[in-house]
Amino acid sequence: MSEHITEHAAEGAGHSVEEAKRHMRTYAIVGVALMIGTVLTVWASYINFRTREINIIVALIIASTKAALVAGFFMHLISEKKLIYLVLGFTIFFATGLVFLTLQSMTPESIIHIR
Amino acid sequence: MEIPYAVRPRPDTGLYNAKMGIWLFLASEVMLFGALFSSYILLRVNADPGTWPLHLLNVRLGALNTVVLILSSVMVVFGWASLKMNDFRAYKRYQGVTLLCALTFLCIKSYEYRDKFNHYEVQLKNGTIYDGHIDRENKDTNYFAFEAARKVDSHADLMLPPAAELKLEPARIPMSKIKDRADGRGKEIENYGPWHSSYLAVYFVLTGLHALHVIGGAIVIFAIWGPLAKLWKTDPERYINRVEISGLFWHFVDLVWIFLFPVLYLL
Repeated sequence: MSEHITEHAAEGAGHSVEEAKRHMRTYAIVGVALMIGTVLTVWASYINFRTREINIIVALIIASTKAALVAGFFMHLISEKKLIYLVLGFTIFFATGLVFLTLQSMTPESIIHIR
Repeated sequence: MEIPYAVRPRPDTGLYNAKMGIWLFLASEVMLFGALFSSYILLRVNADPGTWPLHLLNVRLGALNTVVLILSSVMVVFGWASLKMNDFRAYKRYQGVTLLCALTFLCIKSYEYRDKFNHYEVQLKNGTIYDGHIDRENKDTNYFAFEAARKVDSHADLMLPPAAELKLEPARIPMSKIKDRADGRGKEIENYGPWHSSYLAVYFVLTGLHALHVIGGAIVIFAIWGPLAKLWKTDPERYINRVEISGLFWHFVDLVWIFLFPVLYLL
């Protein structure tokens, strides 16, 4: 009975048992990639690039890649519903705006600069 | 009356209520952490040269915590997939490891916080600065005692990690040699709490808020894993949904740490 219900649940959520098995392999690969990414982040932070800004950019690129892996595979964003993408689209727009306005406020000619 | 779409997805959106709810909540969380990251950028970019510390925190412990959180995230999705395969025992095992990872993360973080609260900076009247870990065994109030400290000439020297060959040594400083505070309230003795510098204020706020999320997420995962597990027998579909929702929150917590680690520990 329980098995029948679970099969039903799996199908209802859009995932079959076979799919779940396949997902587990993917999760393991993504997990290893994230661990490698962590090692790379630490290693790259000790490399003496010409300027400190390059270290920052490299670290943020690696972190963004890792974040994309977590969001894409663990949070299933690579196969999510349109409404979720819409919500996230708005979020990214406003979050980017927040950072942009902060950066903009630091320039002397900024319209939102506090004098 | 039964609440519609509490378990089965709505036909037009393809989402059940809780899934829509958690994504809206996560959107608000992105804005919360986005505001704090913006504050970090503002403080960092506007910091005077030689006032922002580099590699002040223990990189090994930070990296270890990153690995622990990644492992916990893998366990969460393994647990969810196990339920999809009707393997409840495997799910219990995987989520058990997740809870252990959460506990490990919090223990390491607590150790790091304790380390910072025991880390002191003492300014002498002649301009010399001593920086190191306090000797808690010292009972002589005429001296400030360090277990291990380094001596520098300026604050700027403190912004760089000690050279590898430098040996930190115990130090006992007479209180009479320590500079008085400008406001007349005691001596220039301060630990590395959030009041010490902009960097540490940002560090404690960001990691403290993140740790609260870890605690909250772990409590929810524990509740679903333990006391609420009987739902699996009566309504497995709803139970899987709960595991998925708690998992989404947990992955978000992991995702925030992925940015916190390089920003606070390495750059």
